[in-house]
Formats: sequence, C-alpha cells, structure tokens
Amino acid sequence: MTIESLLTYNQILVFFIFVLAIFVGFEVITKVPSMLHTPLMSGTNAIHGIILFGGMLVLADAATPLAQALGFVAVVFGSANVFGGFMVTDRMLQMFKKKKK
Amino acid sequence: MNSSIAFILIGVSVLFILGIKFLSSPKTARAGNLVAAVGMLIGLLVLCKSDGTNIWAHGWSFNYTLIVIATLIGLAIGAFGAYSVKMTAMPQMVALFNGLGGGAAALVASLEFLKDAQPVNQLIGVELPHAPAMAVTIPMLFATLIGSLSFSGSIIAYLKLEGKVEKPMTFPGQNILNGLILLVIIGLCGWLTFNATGHQAVVAFVVMFTLALFFGVAMVMPIGGADMPVVISLLNSFTGLAVAADGFAINNNAMIVAGTLVGSSGTLLTLLMCKAMNRPVTNVLFGAFGSSGGASAATGAVVGTVKHMQADEAAVLLAYAQRVVIVPGYGMAVAQAQHSVRELSDELGKRGIEVQFAIHPVAGRMPGHMNVLLAEANVPYDQLIEMEVINPSMERVDVCLVIGANDVVNPAAREEKTSPIYGMPIIDADHCKTVIVMKRSMAAGFAGIENHLFYKDNTRMLFGDAKASLNALVAAVKAN
Repeated sequence: MTIESLLTYNQILVFFIFVLAIFVGFEVITKVPSMLHTPLMSGTNAIHGIILFGGMLVLADAATPLAQALGFVAVVFGSANVFGGFMVTDRMLQMFKKKKK
Repeated sequence: MNSSIAFILIGVSVLFILGIKFLSSPKTARAGNLVAAVGMLIGLLVLCKSDGTNIWAHGWSFNYTLIVIATLIGLAIGAFGAYSVKMTAMPQMVALFNGLGGGAAALVASLEFLKDAQPVNQLIGVELPHAPAMAVTIPMLFATLIGSLSFSGSIIAYLKLEGKVEKPMTFPGQNILNGLILLVIIGLCGWLTFNATGHQAVVAFVVMFTLALFFGVAMVMPIGGADMPVVISLLNSFTGLAVAADGFAINNNAMIVAGTLVGSSGTLLTLLMCKAMNRPVTNVLFGAFGSSGGASAATGAVVGTVKHMQADEAAVLLAYAQRVVIVPGYGMAVAQAQHSVRELSDELGKRGIEVQFAIHPVAGRMPGHMNVLLAEANVPYDQLIEMEVINPSMERVDVCLVIGANDVVNPAAREEKTSPIYGMPIIDADHCKTVIVMKRSMAAGFAGIENHLFYKDNTRMLFGDAKASLNALVAAVKAN
C-alpha cells in the first residue's frame, strides 16, 4: 500500500494546512492574562461554531427524512453555537470596556 | 471551488487568527471577537459544496427551507441564552454552547458516514460506487467520537456548574472501567476503518456513537466542580478538533483551519489554566478531586474555635484601618454583591483608606470571573491586584475582607500535605492582621474540605447573604 493510494495530492496539501494551523494556534496565544482566560475560551468556542457550515452542507444534500432530521438538528446546534458563542463573548467583554474613574 | 473564493477563504482564516490574537489582550479583546465574527459571516456567504459550487446557487429546495428554519431556531436559542444568562452563569453557558457544537460535529460526521455505508442507501438515499477512502473514514470516525464525547461531557459540566449534579461521583476501579470503554471505542473505530460499509458497519457505528456519549459522561462525572473550567476548556479544544476532522471529511478548508486553531489554542489555554492552579492536567482528569478520603483527613486537624462578628463591629475595624484587601469569591457572584462591594470600597476610599482587590486566578467558577463582575460594577482596573503580586505584602494589610471565597484562601493548600488542594497557590489572607470572612454558613467550599482559616485567632466570621451583609457594612461605615 503506497501513500498515493491512501491520500491524493490535494488531501496532502490539506494536511499541510492542518499541521501549520496547529502551530499558529499555539503561537498566537502565548501570553494571556488570567482574567482573559474565560473570554478567550468563549471566543474560540464561538469559532468552532463554524460546524454550522458543515451542518448546512449535509442538510443541503440530505435525501431521506432521517438525514433531513439529523441534519436539521445539526444546523440548530451549530447555529446556537456560533451565534450564542459570539454574543456571550461580546457580553463578557463589554464589562471590561466601560471603566476608568 | 473557484480561485476567487479560495482567496476569500484565506482572508477568512486570517480573520480567525487575528481574532484569537486580539482576544488574548485586554485592550483589543472585544474587537477580536468582532473580527472573528465578521470572518464567520464572510465564510458563510461564500460557503461552497464539495463540488465547488456555492451552496446558495443551487436553486431552492425543501432542504434549503429546512436550513433557514434550523438556523433561525439556533439563532433564537443562542441569542436568548447569551443575553438572558446572568453574569454569574456565563461559564455554564459556554459549556452548553460548546456541547451543542460538539453534538453538531458528531451529527455531521455521522451523516457522512452513514451516507457512505451502502446498506443504508434506503435510509439516506445515496448510491455510492465504492467504499470510502480511509482518508475520509478516519476523520469521520474521529469527529463522531470526539464530537459526541464533547457533547455529553459538556452537558454534565453544565449540570455540575448549575449545581444540579453536586458531588463528584467516584467508585473504585473507575479509571480502569473508563479505560476499558475507551479501548472498546478505539477497537470499534479501528474495525470500522477497514469495514466502513455493510449492515455490521452501521451497527458498530451506532454502538461506537453510544459508547462515546457514555464515555463523555463517565469522564466528567468524577471531576469536582472546582475543576470544571479546565474541563470545559479541554472539551472546547476537543470540539475544535472534531470540527477540523469534519472539515477533512467534507472537504472544507475553512472548517479545518478554524477547528484546528481552536483545538491547539484551546489545548494551550487548558494548560495555562492548570498552571494557574498549579496542578498537572492529568491530576484534574484522573485525580477525582475532593473525594471523601481527602475531606476526612483534613477535618481531623482543625484547631481553634469559630468567632462570630456583627456588621457594625466589622465596620469599625474597616473604618479605622489603613490598608484593606478584599478577596472576592463565588459567594459574591451568587449574591450579585459586586455593586455593594464597590460602594463599600468607595466609602472606604473616601476616608483615605487604601483598598485593593486580591484576585485569585480561579476564584469563582471560571478564570477571570471576578474581573468580569468587578468591571461590571465599575471597580477601576488598577485596584484589581493579581495573587502573586499582592501576596508578599499581605502582612502589612490591616483588614482582609473575604467575600464568599473559600478554597482559594484555605491555608491547607500551603500547610497540609494530605489535603486534596495541597500545592494550589492561594491568597495568603491568613497573613493579614485581621481577617473578616463573609459567608452564608460554615458549609465547605467547592473542593468539599474544611477551611482552617475560619478557625484562626485573627479571623472573624460575618454570616449572612453577602449583599445584605455588605449593605449593612456600608451603612455602618457611613455612620462611623
């Protein structure tokens, strides 16, 4: 079994992106004050709400009632994750903004 | 996918990276959140199917009606959750949203997998020429496993923080049982990798999904509420990885980049949180924190008696102090007492008393919880002092006012090797000349252990709801 039979060239490129993204994720938040831990977690939580895209794509192609039902639930979940995530993060950070005597 | 859309997606990825970067600095944090949200919106508009055509360019079908309805329902749930939740309950909300994301990731992967498992063609309705390649099957299995685990684990974390599941649940051999379940799950995944089609594959897949859900519950149940922030952060990075795997399976680069960024930055954040608590992450996950053994060991050594105090006595102490340090904890959050705290601090400030707030990195239910609440009440930034900075000068503090904090000021973490919290950095409240502890009752804190601070000679207890007590204090200080 060769590498070529497992992965296409395009898939290897995608893997390349994946590996680089791992390092970017590590490097980008090297020093975070502890008061921002929660908002940062909440913000990244909203970013993985991009699963909404995946939900939309599978629901768009769904061909049976079962697939439609599962896809529907996936889109509801993903949508709540992404919209709720950004909103709740903004609400947290709003608290930091108005300050100074 | 045409090249212009590919370019736009590079821009979207950059927006996500910048968003996370801005989020890690106080000045730019709010802008960072907006930057990431804008990236998400652009990505949504140019969303492409795997054949490269825009998802919105296909003409309308019933499925698109479903997409719009489902998105709106999700939007309503998300907006309601985000804006109705009290500041004290923010952490739970994050856990819940994270769980939903994980659930969505698992469902997306499941649908792709079942579509490829040919016998369910009747169920899903797609004919496939051949079995899917491993390069697609493995990410799908991974996303299903991690997504469903994150879903059930986050729900348990939510229930724990809500106080609906109070105590850590432990039994002998728990880690071994969990290990066995995990082995079975991995075995099933391995088998499915090579046998991704047929009735058996569908059965094995459903069993794997169910076990993964169960494993999420079993993994979080034994962990005490005080460690939930770390668990949520870990599950958050899990969901990120599941989303990235989904991106592989359905060939969407934006999902891969966004998911991976969350996965790796989330892992680092988890480690940072553990470092703030001075506990290795394995200790959090497998240590069964706050189990009964540690509690009984700690209670045995309590010496001294508890001394009560009334608000007017406490007010006299405060009004004639030179330097006062306030240590807020979860009790302040529960009582919504942050505004009363600020009033007290202002009142003392008017008398020329130096007032500072000592912020423990994990006070409350989430790192930064206290900063958010005090910022809401307009307490100036420069009055909030981090634990490491304030500890060396605690001896020179006249009155330390502990408001609903418990484990983070427990000297057992410093003195008693048998204590389950031994080694956790604490605020040295016991070093102050006088300590006033405001608390509802003598009940133990989240770690479930006795606090020796309450029995020290220089400690006075002021029982009652934090807000009511503080208001009484403010009135009494004004009268002095």
